[in-house]
Amino acid sequence: MEEHTTRRTSIVSDLGWLIGPVVLTLVLTTLALIVMGADPLKAYVTMWQGAFGSAEKFSSVVDAWVPLVLCSVGLLITFRAGLWNIGIEGQMVMGAIFAAWVARTLDLPAEVLIPLILLAGALGGALWALLAGVLKVYGRVHEIFGGLGLNFVAMGLALYLIIGPWKRAGIASTSGTEPFRPAAWLPNFPGLSVGPIEIVLALVALVVVYFALRGTLWGLQLKAMGKNIRSAFWLGIPTQRYALSAFGLCGVCAGLAGAEQAIGVWARLIPAISGGYGYLSILVVLLASFTVPPVPFIAFFFAAVTKGSIALPLDLQIDSALGGVLQGMLVLLFVLSQGVRSRMR
Amino acid sequence: MDTTLIVLTLASILADSAPLVFAVIGETLSEKAGVTNLSLDGTILLSAMVGFAVAFTTESLVLAFLAAMLVGAVVAAIVALSSIVLKLDQIAVGFVLTLLCGDLSTFFGNPYVRQPGPAVPHWAIPFLADVPVLGKILFDQNVVVYLSIVLIFAAWWWIYKTQPGLQLQSIGERPAAAFARGVNVNRQRFIYAVIGGALVGFGGAAYSLLVKLGWSYHHTYGIGWIALAIVIFGGWHPIRAAVGAYIFGGLQSVSSFAQSAFATLPTQVFQTAPFALMIVALLLVSNESLDRFFSGSPLARRVWNSLHGAPPGALGTVFEQE
Repeated sequence: MEEHTTRRTSIVSDLGWLIGPVVLTLVLTTLALIVMGADPLKAYVTMWQGAFGSAEKFSSVVDAWVPLVLCSVGLLITFRAGLWNIGIEGQMVMGAIFAAWVARTLDLPAEVLIPLILLAGALGGALWALLAGVLKVYGRVHEIFGGLGLNFVAMGLALYLIIGPWKRAGIASTSGTEPFRPAAWLPNFPGLSVGPIEIVLALVALVVVYFALRGTLWGLQLKAMGKNIRSAFWLGIPTQRYALSAFGLCGVCAGLAGAEQAIGVWARLIPAISGGYGYLSILVVLLASFTVPPVPFIAFFFAAVTKGSIALPLDLQIDSALGGVLQGMLVLLFVLSQGVRSRMR
Repeated sequence: MDTTLIVLTLASILADSAPLVFAVIGETLSEKAGVTNLSLDGTILLSAMVGFAVAFTTESLVLAFLAAMLVGAVVAAIVALSSIVLKLDQIAVGFVLTLLCGDLSTFFGNPYVRQPGPAVPHWAIPFLADVPVLGKILFDQNVVVYLSIVLIFAAWWWIYKTQPGLQLQSIGERPAAAFARGVNVNRQRFIYAVIGGALVGFGGAAYSLLVKLGWSYHHTYGIGWIALAIVIFGGWHPIRAAVGAYIFGGLQSVSSFAQSAFATLPTQVFQTAPFALMIVALLLVSNESLDRFFSGSPLARRVWNSLHGAPPGALGTVFEQE
């Protein structure tokens, strides 16, 4: 009973500590809008309608929610091991490239082709993540720099394929490759841009990672490694192999996200296929304080902000980067407020 | 290739690397004191935008550089205070600031995209510019380039030849020992982080007012990450870091020659090359097997040790001074 009340007060004070950053973020973005000569209220209404104004718009929010959830749960694994997998953006791109290769090469019925494409995406992401892991473990290159460098390489490769070997018949254009054959497309709900497969994929990833981190020896040892890699090593945990397994599994999630974007949203490979969702997922995980349960909700909020702000330049001539400003500001203020909170204890 | 072309190429490498030199020296100072300012890529974007915007509206280059330095100093102050006062992870705060500053630069920079604006004027140093070869390379530039060269040696002199510089090394290597000797570790760390940040901001403005004139979406294209890698490549030594910046500038101008020579190669190869190179360079300086390889002979070990350095012992850690 007593435990129950303390848990409740901790949730109440958690929420209390969230209100401060949220209010301050709104004040600052409102000021930013006023500085740029825009009507703040109109801007927020435009964002709301851009995200929730119609069924199609709402389904585009879900389109962004899926990769955010997949990448966030992947990052929870690497963060649990104390690793900064900034290379997740490139792992998404690699997943999309592998997926595109299968979609372009194999002429099979959808029931066989789609699972193969998703597998290829997972493999591409995992290989690219393992490369960052190998650079870290055996080459002693910090994963932030290894991963970041590999991001640029993966994006360069995607661009090269799109305007080079995979260019559309006759024209080389950065708008993307020829659309994949319809058998490769993820099925959608009628009239919407989103379907059941990707939603189930994201939910399964959430549940699997939740239990893997919480209820398995592997998850516990990963946590020990993240807390103190030296003592974990002396305890007999094979830290190098564990680091590689964390990278590989995060790459699987990111690669799936990339493949899903390629066959579920664009139906082709485009240069900006990762859409910045990898980097954004790092913010999601920071705001979730590195835990699984808040991820789907924060990812949904971020997806709505991202999609809602796309309407800003069209309707109000404000740059859509407002969405990123809002997300970044919120996470910065949240992280700072957590610091203040732990100092006050 | 005749001498004039070589001289012109060297002069342009010196000029084009100036922003990177300011950034790597600034970050080296900050990291020497123990503070990793990971936000460099965002800071450089935002200060490049603010520098150009201020120069565009006020037509004052002095104000432009001051404003850009202020931006860099404020971002660095957030990183430093969150670490010193709030005991937060420098990497986390720095990364959030990287993304936030990048988006701020896009949002506020929107009206300045592709506007023609002012640039730092050319100013040859009288007499010195007439010295054959060297004069053309070193003294026929502009004030920002001269400052960048002075800064390299000033930073080296300050860190290794002065009393406060010795203190700077101690607060990054052994903060507890420095504290026992009466040094206010956290105040010093804050000061060096802010100065370093201001230098990074200066570099940002130099980029948009000197190298790639004007402002566009994601104008500086990853240069902040390159700067962070060069600090490691330079072994946290200002002169070696500056050499790293010049090597990078040199490779870029080689690649632009190569791009016109091998027109059949796709341009993505050249855009991606700096980042692939960054990984290879870091692999070379941080690899254990090379360490073992070179420790065989005393001479080889001395050469190798002079080519790479270890990070400050207390880099990125929080110091409780109680």
